[in-house]
Amino acid sequence: MAAQTPLLYNPAFVRILSPLLVGVALLLTWEGLVRFYEVPKYLVPSPSLIALTLVEDWRLLFSALLITLKVTFLAFFLAAVIGTLVAFIFVQSRWIERAFFPYAVLLQVTPVVAIAPLIIIWVKDPLPALVICATIVAIFPIISNTTLGLRSVNPGLLNLFRMNKASRWQELIRLRVPTALPYFFGGLRISSGLALIGAVVAEFVAGTGGTAAGLAYQILQAGFQINIPRLFAALMLITVAGVALFLLMVLLSKWALGQWHESELKAET
Amino acid sequence: MMSATTAPVALATTQPAAAADTQPTVLATTPSAAPVVEVLSAEKVFPNGTRALEPIDLTVGQGEFITLLGPSGCGKSTLLKMVAHLIEPSEGRLRWWRGGHESVGQPGRKLVFVFQDATLMPWANVATNVRLPLDLARVPRVQSDPRVDQALGTVGLGQFGRHFPRQLSGGMQMRASIARALVDQPDLLLMDEPFGALDEITRNRLDADLLRLWWERKLTILFVTHSIYEAVFLSTRVIVMAARPGRILREVVIDEPHPRDDSFRVSQAFAGYARQLQQLLIEASDGRPGDDSNATHESASPMVNRTH
Ligand SMILES: Nc1ncnc2c1ncn2[C@@H]1O[C@H](COP(=O)(O)OP(=O)(O)O)[C@@H](O)[C@H]1O
Ligand SMILES: [Mg+2]
Repeated sequence: MAAQTPLLYNPAFVRILSPLLVGVALLLTWEGLVRFYEVPKYLVPSPSLIALTLVEDWRLLFSALLITLKVTFLAFFLAAVIGTLVAFIFVQSRWIERAFFPYAVLLQVTPVVAIAPLIIIWVKDPLPALVICATIVAIFPIISNTTLGLRSVNPGLLNLFRMNKASRWQELIRLRVPTALPYFFGGLRISSGLALIGAVVAEFVAGTGGTAAGLAYQILQAGFQINIPRLFAALMLITVAGVALFLLMVLLSKWALGQWHESELKAET
Repeated sequence: MMSATTAPVALATTQPAAAADTQPTVLATTPSAAPVVEVLSAEKVFPNGTRALEPIDLTVGQGEFITLLGPSGCGKSTLLKMVAHLIEPSEGRLRWWRGGHESVGQPGRKLVFVFQDATLMPWANVATNVRLPLDLARVPRVQSDPRVDQALGTVGLGQFGRHFPRQLSGGMQMRASIARALVDQPDLLLMDEPFGALDEITRNRLDADLLRLWWERKLTILFVTHSIYEAVFLSTRVIVMAARPGRILREVVIDEPHPRDDSFRVSQAFAGYARQLQQLLIEASDGRPGDDSNATHESASPMVNRTH
C-alpha cells in the first residue's frame, strides 16, 4: 500500500502528490457521475471527451492560445516597464506621488469591461487595443508595490549613505533598488495573472475574430455553436496558462533574488 | 556668556567633588591634547518645542575615550548627532579640528558614526557591507579589498567575509558594523549605544575589543551608553547627563591605566567609580543638580510621604 512507501515521508513529494491526488479523484468522480447519469455532452462533457476535443481541435485552440499569450506577455511586459518607471517618478517627490497616485487608483478601480469598448473604438488595430486593455488591468500592482519598496528603505542605512556623502544615484542603485526588488517581484506575480485576465476580458469585449482570435473568442464561438466540449477545452487551456504563468513568475523571482535576499529565504522555510 | 546657568563641565569646576563617595577620583581635567571636537554653548530645541539640550560645553581631546552616560531622554543621542553634524544646534556652535564642518572628511579628519543597530544591508555579504564606505567614495577594488580584509581581521571576522548578515549572531553583526567604521580609517568614532541590544557577556567581550582597538590605533571615541559598568570600563572621562532639560551634570575622570582587562572589572577602583556614577545617576533622574549628598534622601522622601 501507499502508506508503506518511504516517499510519503518526503515533504516535497507530499506537497506535490497531495493536490495531484485530489485532482485525479475529482476528475474520476466527474467522469463517473457524467457516465452514470448520462449527462448530455452539451451540458457537461466528461473529462475524457474534453481531452479528446483538445486533441482533435488542437490546431485551432493552440493558435488561439498563442494569440492570447501574445497579448498577455506584451501587456505584462508593458505593465512591468511602465509601472516601474511610474514608481521611480513617484519616489522622486512626495508631491508628485500625492498628485498622481489617485489616478493610478482610478485606473485600478475602473472595470476594464467598461473602458474596453472605448479603447477598441479609438485604437483601430485589434491587437494593440487588446494589449492596452490588459496593460491597464495589470499595471497597478507593479506601481504600488515598487513605489512601496523604493520607499521602504531602512532609515539607519539611509543615514549611513548620507553620512558617506552618497550621490542620489548611488542611493538609488545601491540602496533603494535592492530594497525594492522583493516588492517588485511580488508585484510581478500578481500582475502576471492580471495580464492574462485582462487579455481574456478584452477579447470577450472586442469579440474579434481573424488575426486576433484568442481563446476568449473561441469560447464565445463555441458557446454560440453549443460546442460545449470545445468551450471546456479552451477554458482548460486558459487555466493551465494562468498556472504556468504564475509558476514562471515564482521561478523568475527565485532566480533573480537568488540566494541573497532575506524575504525569499524566510518564505521558503 | 551665560556661565551662571550652564552645567558644570569640562574645565575647572568649582563644585565640590562627589562627597558621598570616599574614592579619590573626581578631578576635572583639561584635555591636554589638541581638541578634536569643541561643543560651544550648543543647545537644541526641536521644532516641536522639545528642549532636548540646554547649552552644552564639551571638548573632546585627541585620543580621549569619552562616554556620555545618563537616563534615556537626557539628550545623549541629540548631542552625538550634533557632533556628527546630522542635526544643527539651535543656538551655539561646534568646531571640528578647530575648524568648520567643511574640513571634516579630509585625511586625518575622518568622522564615523556607529549606530545602535548593525544596519547592514541584508542583500549583501559581510565583505560588501564593510566595503560600502569605500565603494561610495569610488575607491577601486584593488585598493579597497585589502582594507576590507584587514578591517574584518581586526574585529575577528576574517573568516566571515562571504557570509550574509542573517547568518551571523547579533554580536558578530555588530563586529561587522565596527569593521565598516574602521575601514574608513576614522580619526573620530561616534558610537550611540552600539552594544545596547546585546547580552552582557557578548557586550563585555566587544567592549574589551573596542578598548584594545582604541588603544592600539590611538582613536578618539565619543561613546553613548546607559550602562555604568560599560562607562567605567571604557572611558577616560565619563560625562554624566541629566534629563528635562537635557544637560551635563558632572564629569568624572576614570583615572586608571590602560590597557585595561577583565581584572579591572573586579577591582576596588572599578567598584568605587561605579558607585559614584550610580549616585550621580540617581541625582540625574531626580532632576536636581548640585548638592548630591542629599540626593538619596530627596529621592526617597516623596515615596515615604505617599505611604503615609
Ligand atoms: N527629532 C526630534 N523631535 C522632537 N523631539 C526629539 C527629537 N529627537 C529627540 N527628541 C526629544 O529630545 C529628548 C532627548 O532625546 P535623545 O537625545 O534621543 O535622548 P537619549 O538619547 O539620551 O535617550 C527626548 O525628550 C526626545 O523625546
Ligand atoms: Mg539615544
